[in-house]
Amino acid sequence: VMISARAYGDNGKMKEYHYTGPVEHKFSPYAFNGGTVLAVAGEDFALVASDTRLSEGYSIHSRDSPKCYKLTDTTVIGCSGFHGDCLTLTKIIEARLKMYKHSNNKSMTSGAIAAMLSTILYGKRFFPYYVYNIIGGLDEEGRGAVYSFDPVGSYQRDTYKAGGSASAMLQPLLDNQIGFKNMENVEQLPLTLEKAVQLVKDVFISAAERDVYTGDALKICIITKEGIREEIVPLRKD
Amino acid sequence: MALSNVLEPAVSGFNFENSTRNIVLENGSEEGKIKAPKPMKTGTTIAGVVYKDGVVLGADTRATSEEVVADKMCAKIHYIAPNIYCCGAGTAADTEKTTDMLSSNLTIFSMNSGRNPRVVMAVNILQDMLFRYRGMIGAHLILGGVDCTGSHLYTVGPYGSMDKVPYLAMGSGKLPALGILEDRFKGNMDLEEAKALVSDAIHAGIMSDLGSGNNIDLCVITKEGVDYIRPHRESLYNYKRQAKYKYKPGTTPVLTKTVNQLELVHETVQMMETAGSS
Repeated sequence: VMISARAYGDNGKMKEYHYTGPVEHKFSPYAFNGGTVLAVAGEDFALVASDTRLSEGYSIHSRDSPKCYKLTDTTVIGCSGFHGDCLTLTKIIEARLKMYKHSNNKSMTSGAIAAMLSTILYGKRFFPYYVYNIIGGLDEEGRGAVYSFDPVGSYQRDTYKAGGSASAMLQPLLDNQIGFKNMENVEQLPLTLEKAVQLVKDVFISAAERDVYTGDALKICIITKEGIREEIVPLRKD
Repeated sequence: MALSNVLEPAVSGFNFENSTRNIVLENGSEEGKIKAPKPMKTGTTIAGVVYKDGVVLGADTRATSEEVVADKMCAKIHYIAPNIYCCGAGTAADTEKTTDMLSSNLTIFSMNSGRNPRVVMAVNILQDMLFRYRGMIGAHLILGGVDCTGSHLYTVGPYGSMDKVPYLAMGSGKLPALGILEDRFKGNMDLEEAKALVSDAIHAGIMSDLGSGNNIDLCVITKEGVDYIRPHRESLYNYKRQAKYKYKPGTTPVLTKTVNQLELVHETVQMMETAGSS
């Protein structure tokens, strides 16, 4: 434990010791369990990818804890942040999906799930779920849709979004390769499923190199009108 | 104004004049909070073992700046003297500078006395300096070397504590490394056994600790000399990217172009004395 700077006075010399009064010790209800999530929307597909490492501080809790949760046949949600809140939030969403199905006799659409999640999150505005959510799925017309959230429920529809611990490393690369930002004289081809999957794999390999909380394995959920397919790719384990 | 600073004599030790100002800045109003810059720590696993003919030191090669890997191939085994090497964990700048200063002091001593420095002398100098700075220098060091009295392995902590032991691990990954060392260490091992033990201890730190990673460096010190193996074991994770991310010329738009022609005004030739010429 280092000596606090408070022990030194203005002239640089150490202050005389005296009792400063009762000290408050704080308990934090949150923990940061790491993990990175990514979602990409194409013309007729959507991808939701996440790494599978669960960490706390400098330790690893699990090397096989994926952060993508399947909600319906056309929607997958990726949750990263505090694992306790991720588990509770997904349980609540699944319960609400069942209730909707029983009252309305149909599955919720991606847009409806996104709107509902926003109200669930804002309901705990003053003791938030410490979760960064990204929903990926197909909308009613069969086109890919990505909805990204902040911990208290603000959301918008995107073409691609990265969230979680390595999001700041992934997002600029996606802006450049999918959004063709900061480039000129480049042929703007529409994104195919093969190119999107290859891009997601490359981008996570790079994130695992430089972010200590990202690694172990990558799980990609590919959502098309045929259903949801999964691919698992190994990443750095150190 | 600038001149008055130059005329003030330099004060030794750490200067805490700005500490109250820093506290005010950090605890300022909600929007006004300014975070102090964090120094780069090595978040490391280092280990050392004394074997039959000398000492084996090992270290990983990852340097982290909080959760980002700052350096994937950082050298943590520092040269102190021809027969003494030091592994450093903690604040990267502190370990670098402390070991450099120690190395300079021992070189001067060698020149003055005509002798190779002993490991105890290095430990004493380090202890003295770190204790004087009251833990403000965040250097957790493992010193190993072979001198005329035998092979020695010491650890020096940031507050000036010292311990002489036959096997050791330090850094954020020390607990997994110590697990391996406690299980397999025995006295008078031979070289291959000792290298395998240190390498496996560092490997345990690399796999279990997020602050350690990438490659393993080893340094074997005997009375015949030093074998600095960098890297001893390379990281097996070199996943190749599937696509080439190269940009054609013209991708970054050229907005304006000015060409300054440099005029040749005057040309002279000057002969220089070099080591090769007489």
